[in-house]
Amino acid sequence: MRSRIARLFLIPALAFAASILVSAQSAPTASPKASAASIKRGEYLVRIGGCGDCHTPLKLGPNGPEPDMARALTGHPSQMAMPPAPAGAGPWMWTGAATNTAFAGPWGVSFTANLTPDKETGLGEWTFDMFAATMRTGRHQGKGRPILPPMPYPNVAAMTESDMRDLFNYLQSLPPVHNKVPSPVDPPEETR
Amino acid sequence: MTRRTFAAAASAAAAMLLAAVVTAGSPAAMAAGARAVHPPRMLSETGLYADGETRRIDPANRPYSPQYPLWTDGAAKARWVRLPAGTTIDVRNVDAWTFPVGTKFWKEFAFGGRRVETRLLWKVSATDWVFASYVWNEAQTDAMLAPADGVPGVAEIAPGKRHSIPSLEDCRACHDSGRTEVLGFNALQLSTDRDPGAFHADRIAPEMVTLQTLVEERRVSPLRREFVTDPPRIDAADPQTRAVLGYLSGNCGACHNASGPLANLGLNFRQPAYAPNGVHAVARSALNRVTKWDLPGQMPGTSRALVAGDPDHSALLYRMRSRRPSSQMPPLGTVVQDREAVEAVEAWIARQAQACVRSGCALPEGTQGNTVR
Repeated sequence: MRSRIARLFLIPALAFAASILVSAQSAPTASPKASAASIKRGEYLVRIGGCGDCHTPLKLGPNGPEPDMARALTGHPSQMAMPPAPAGAGPWMWTGAATNTAFAGPWGVSFTANLTPDKETGLGEWTFDMFAATMRTGRHQGKGRPILPPMPYPNVAAMTESDMRDLFNYLQSLPPVHNKVPSPVDPPEETR
Repeated sequence: MTRRTFAAAASAAAAMLLAAVVTAGSPAAMAAGARAVHPPRMLSETGLYADGETRRIDPANRPYSPQYPLWTDGAAKARWVRLPAGTTIDVRNVDAWTFPVGTKFWKEFAFGGRRVETRLLWKVSATDWVFASYVWNEAQTDAMLAPADGVPGVAEIAPGKRHSIPSLEDCRACHDSGRTEVLGFNALQLSTDRDPGAFHADRIAPEMVTLQTLVEERRVSPLRREFVTDPPRIDAADPQTRAVLGYLSGNCGACHNASGPLANLGLNFRQPAYAPNGVHAVARSALNRVTKWDLPGQMPGTSRALVAGDPDHSALLYRMRSRRPSSQMPPLGTVVQDREAVEAVEAWIARQAQACVRSGCALPEGTQGNTVR
C-alpha cells in the first residue's frame, strides 16, 4: 500500500522535478549561528532535492513555465485565490495549479508552504527542532496536522541529522518574504 | 449505495489513504521501536494478568480512572497501574510527577463490548519509557504487539469509521509534549473532589487508586497531606465552566501547554492541580488569538482561536467538530466527533465566555494576541 502511494504521489513529483532545473538564488545573509559551509550545502540539498519545484511558483515565460525566482521558496502566492478544484474522475485522481503550488486530491486541497524565514508567514519563528520534527514525522512540529501530498516528506525524513541542519540553515538564511499561504482545504464533510 | 454512504466511504478511503502516507515508516519511528528494552510480544507476557492468560488481572495492578478522560471515539476504557513494591512517586513537582523505574501503566480500549487494543507505558530507566500497543485477537484470548507504524482500521466503531492502532510516533506526539510522559495519572485527574459534570468519566470503584489512596498507602513522596485535605479542583465560577476547562485540559492540554514543544503556539489549556481562576489561563492564551490556521471562508490571517459569544467564529470549536486530517483537533487518535463535548463547548463559548470577558479575563483592549499555527 505504502509503495503504491509513494508511486502515485512521489514519482510524478520527482519526474516533474527532473524536468525543471531550478537555480535557487544564493542566500544574501547568513544566520549568525550557521557556518557558510553549512548554508552552502543546504543550498545544494535544496537544489538536488527539488524543493523549489513546488515551493517556488511557476510563471509563464517566453519559453513556457519557469520558476518565478522573485518568489523563490515562498510557496503558493497569497493573492492567487484558487477556484474550486475539478472533481477527480476515474484514473484522474489529482490535479495541480499552473504555478505548481496548489494541489487537489482525495486529501482536499494543499498549498505549498512559505519556506523563507518570515516570522508571520514563513519559518521565521521555527527552531531546528520544530523543522526536524515536522520532516521526520510528517506532522506540523511533529505533533499537529499531517503534512499533505504531494510533499515527499519521507524522502526528507531520510536525511542525516547533519543534512537536515544544513537544509534548515540555508532556508533560514534566505531573505524573509511575507506571503500568507492559505490553509489546506479539507474534502467535504459534515462538521456540525 | 446511496450518495451519502458513497461520500462517507470515499472520505474514509481518503483518510485511510492519507493515514497510510502519514504513517509511512520513518527513521524516527524505527528508532523509537529500536530502543534497548523491547516490550514483550504478547500482552499476556507484560505482567498485566495474574495467570499468564487474560482472564484475571494481577492484584498488584491497580485500576484507576481519570476524571477528565481523553475522548477516544466512545471507547470503553480500563486502566491499571503497577508501582514496584516499596517505591514511591516523586511528587515534589505537584504537576509533573516522577515515577519509579519499573512503573507500568496499561490502558484497554473496547468497542461494542469487544477488546480491541491495550496500550502499555513502561518506565525502563530514569529517563526512558517504552511505549507499546497490543492488538486483540478475534477470539479475545490475547493481544499481539503492534508494529511501530501502527495498524490502520482494526475495528469498525461507527458506520464508515474504524479505529486504528497508533504508531509509536503518534503515541509520543502527545506523551512527549509535557513535563511528564504520563497524562492521565496526576493530582488533578485522581483528585477525590471529582467533577460531576465531567464528560465521559467513569465512576470511581472502591478498589481504584485515587489521590487519597496514594497518600494513605504512602506511595507519594513527599507525603502531601493537602492531596487529601484540599484535593485539587479546577477553580471555576460555575459547573459548566469547570467541566469545559477540565475537558480542554484532558483533551488539548497534553500538547497545548506553556512548557512543552508547542509552547511557541501560545495556547495553554492545561489546568494545574492548584491554581486560582482556571479560566484565566485559557482565556489569556486563546481569547481573540489570531490563528495561522484559517477558518474556511474567512480571510487568511483573521481567524481567532476563541471568540467569546461567537462559537461559529471560534477556530477551537470548528476544529473540535472536524474529523478531517487537516483541520481536526486533536489531530490524531480519533475519527468520530465528541458530540457531547462539542455541544457543551459551543454553549460555553456562546454564554459563559462572555461572562469571562466581563469579569476582566480578556486580553487588554486592542490586543489580538500572538498568532498560532
